[in-house]
Amino acid sequence: MGSARLYAAVAAGGFRRYATYRAATAAGIFTNTVFGVILVYTYLALWDERPHLGGYDQAQAVTYVWLGQCLYSTLAIQGGGAEKDLMERIRTGEIAVDLYRPADLQLWWLASDLGRALFQVLGRGVIPFAFGALFFPSALPTDVTVWAAFAVTLVLAMVVSFAIRYLLALSVFWIMDGMGISQFLMVTGIFFSGMTFPLNAFPDPYGDIVRALPWAAQIQMPADVLMGETSPLTAYAFQAVWAVVLLAAGRLLQSAATRRVVVQGG
Amino acid sequence: MWVRSSMTYRTSFAVTVLGNLLVTGLDFATILLMFSQVDTLGGWSLPEIAFLYGLSATAFGIADLVLGSMDVLGGRIRDGSFDTLLVRPAPVLAQVGADRFALRRLGRITQAAAVLGYALVAVDVDWSVAKVLLVPVMVVSGAAIFCALFVAGAAFQFVAQDAAEVQNAFTYGGTTLLQYPPTVFGKDLVRGVTFLLPLAFVNWVPASYVLGRPYPLELHRWTAFAPPLVAAGCCALAGLAWRAGLRSYRSTGS
Repeated sequence: MGSARLYAAVAAGGFRRYATYRAATAAGIFTNTVFGVILVYTYLALWDERPHLGGYDQAQAVTYVWLGQCLYSTLAIQGGGAEKDLMERIRTGEIAVDLYRPADLQLWWLASDLGRALFQVLGRGVIPFAFGALFFPSALPTDVTVWAAFAVTLVLAMVVSFAIRYLLALSVFWIMDGMGISQFLMVTGIFFSGMTFPLNAFPDPYGDIVRALPWAAQIQMPADVLMGETSPLTAYAFQAVWAVVLLAAGRLLQSAATRRVVVQGG
Repeated sequence: MWVRSSMTYRTSFAVTVLGNLLVTGLDFATILLMFSQVDTLGGWSLPEIAFLYGLSATAFGIADLVLGSMDVLGGRIRDGSFDTLLVRPAPVLAQVGADRFALRRLGRITQAAAVLGYALVAVDVDWSVAKVLLVPVMVVSGAAIFCALFVAGAAFQFVAQDAAEVQNAFTYGGTTLLQYPPTVFGKDLVRGVTFLLPLAFVNWVPASYVLGRPYPLELHRWTAFAPPLVAAGCCALAGLAWRAGLRSYRSTGS
């Protein structure tokens, strides 16, 4: 029980840390809203041309855009969550201090990243989403159970997002510099999570491939659960399998790193 | 100095330029994905949209190369290291532009120029002397308009110290907006980016002349040749904002 309290405290710390920057949060809300408006207009033009593209009607396509803007920083789609600090700590050697702590490294960072994600969804996500629902046609469920199911997929999406970033950040133990990894995270995150274009609307056979990759657990799955395009159980299973696989891989890599790698020191 | 430091690790530099090329290429990849499903968007064909994209992204790439480091200004004001720029015998604006000067941003320009090159070949236009000359004029004026936006954004950071992201809405948001035809957007939005924030002169208005399309908002024909004037006006206003921002600067004193 004591360790559960510890990780809850770490998560609360992550939440509070991001809650401190109020002007930055307001700036983020503004930017996400502006990008949402631009994207909505292009989607409306696209769906005018091809109604029911990817199985969505216009209102669903618009809702998809706003959900993407809402989850952009929540799921750290282009990176910039806990993995940024982790890479920096590995690069400078400060990670040695973390390894001495009587806490599990992976769980510690997961808790901290979940705290961050929770703040981002409340602080930065809700307002652009509400703005979109108010001023543009949208397809939102009225059933409470759908929203509850959506909340569960959202938490699973946060875990998968963390697992991907944690796994890749650990590679800094070997390659020493995180620049390239950050760029890789950015490219794959934006493209494969469906941030700029719904994965459902990808032309086949690419569509089948991208929908099977772990990034699909991030925006595509929560969106499809919210709009009733997929059953919650299918989404949970997909997300949970990827979460377990990626977290286990992260654990393996972590133990390999801590056993074999000499930490950089000054 | 920043160029030399990035050239020290040649492989790392090559990889980051390549990464930059990929990251910026994603916008165009999205447009290609859209066109895998449709033949026109807002009534414009792929080569025409590539023309808009190439113009906007090249102009933005140049501005980003020159002044893209402006967003570190907020951080420098917060940690007090901005003071060191003030006491050096060089224009502050030039120093901020050169701060963390990132040659890797060449990736963005390369990618944008490649799309522009494709568009110039693929687009169906009766080229006249005026049209040919207008293309480089658009790129240079567009770059100046985006530079003005970067400087105005930097001036705003004197007021709002950790809100650098607002600037992104106008710079990155602006270039994204211009990558799609004006017919896609609502009338009010088009009016806003024509008369309030004259982004439409980066490509929409002059490109309409080149492509022989109806002008947005039924502007007069001569407006296609206005970009240099608009750019000069924007730069003057941004310069004023910058000076006002600089004068209002109070050191953190730490």
